[in-house]
Amino acid sequence: MSGFNCKHILGLRDIAREDICKILKTAKAMKEIISRPIKKVPALRGKTVVTLFYENSTRTKLSFDLAAKYLSADTVSLSVSTSSVKKGESLIDTARTVEAMRTDILVMRHPASGAPATLKNYLNCAIVNAGDGMNEHPTQALLDLFTIQEKKGKIEGLRVAIIGDILHSRVARSNIWGLKKLGAEVAVAAPSTLIPPEIEKLGVEVYTKVEEALKGADVVNVLRLQLERQESSLIPSLREYAMMYCINEKRLNHAKDDVLLMHPGPMNRGVEISDDVADSARSAINEQVTNGVAVRMAVLYLLAGGEKVEKID
Amino acid sequence: MACGEEKAQIMNEKDISRVLTRIAHEIIERNKGVENVVLIGIRRRGVPLAERIAQNIEKIEGVKVPVGVLDITLYRDDLTTLSHQPLVHQTKVDFDINGKVVILVDDVLFTGRTVRAALDAVMDLGRPGAVQLMVLVDRGHRELPIRADFVGKNVPTSKKEVIAVRIKEIDGEENVAILERPS
Repeated sequence: MSGFNCKHILGLRDIAREDICKILKTAKAMKEIISRPIKKVPALRGKTVVTLFYENSTRTKLSFDLAAKYLSADTVSLSVSTSSVKKGESLIDTARTVEAMRTDILVMRHPASGAPATLKNYLNCAIVNAGDGMNEHPTQALLDLFTIQEKKGKIEGLRVAIIGDILHSRVARSNIWGLKKLGAEVAVAAPSTLIPPEIEKLGVEVYTKVEEALKGADVVNVLRLQLERQESSLIPSLREYAMMYCINEKRLNHAKDDVLLMHPGPMNRGVEISDDVADSARSAINEQVTNGVAVRMAVLYLLAGGEKVEKID
Repeated sequence: MACGEEKAQIMNEKDISRVLTRIAHEIIERNKGVENVVLIGIRRRGVPLAERIAQNIEKIEGVKVPVGVLDITLYRDDLTTLSHQPLVHQTKVDFDINGKVVILVDDVLFTGRTVRAALDAVMDLGRPGAVQLMVLVDRGHRELPIRADFVGKNVPTSKKEVIAVRIKEIDGEENVAILERPS
């Protein structure tokens, strides 16, 4: 049994299929732990995890914090809005400061694509990308993969439709890399202004009519319309977007009967997803949040390896 | 797992089967029945051993004793010294252990560090009334004050030697051998 081969988790693009499988397998054991009355194990005692978020977040930040605590690591969150970043400190200097306090794992979200990958060249600690610009959000995709595997029993051969703002979505990119590596078919659908050029080169089918992408889907992953990134009028209006693309009961009927509905959150109810669908039995949206903690525990555990080679048993 | 040249076979399939029958009797005797007893096998080879002891107890007493599976990886004391994190497997103890007599089952008792980890892991699942330890082979060289309640066979070894326990469900064959660790 060979070990885990990643020093950082920057994106699923750079993680081999077998390492993705190792994370998912470890997450399964972690999920058992968080279902216990005493949901804490001593595995990461003495390790320090710092979460550094340059963008807002509820579930990602909270679930990294809790994941670290459930593994007995010490966690500190640095709030960028009250830090020296406001005095003009550069990203690299801030990160070096964090590392100099003997941080073992740095979890970072940044609005610029590639920011965590840049830091890799300046730091020795492990870096986890918690979302970088429009590039990747690997732990979200891992928890989506975990949820699909848990609910469907497999990923290979499934048909997954990703609907919505593909252009701005790091969740979509990470999901596409992960799903393709694990052998799923992927279809995306969005207004043509929200589809990035050459996305089909990642091996996905591209549609502008949502019903076509939904046809025969085992899984539908609905993306959040990123209202904060829509300044340049890529869509005529929210109402028109909802009319054409909102996933509601009627549209969802184009997918398979046992379709699994996912959304990375936070939801714009009535824009990209309707209330009845979001709260239906086919929705795994709340389960995704629980799985997010398990997957992040797995990632933190696997990254926290030491240096000496030795074996007991 | 254990590699090296095989020096001697110390138990064959029959020996193991006899030992597990004897230990089933000892468990029943010591606990005056098994109403309060649960078995927890330590991954990996403790698990089939625990299942077989449960079958033997059922044959003798007509009572099904619950069997759980414990993965101790996250409780190991050497996590910071390993080059790669060992893979974690699932713990499956789907019964209540509060107030119960928990019998931990493992294949080899050596330094005692696995048992220390297992004790911590069990305590995180509840508050057992008592914990007892059963091992197929006790090879000595303890590094912690830990002793087994039920022992299949005491085998004096040198630290250079490795004890290989092979169980049908996992290894396809069934015996216990002493190997010489390649230097």
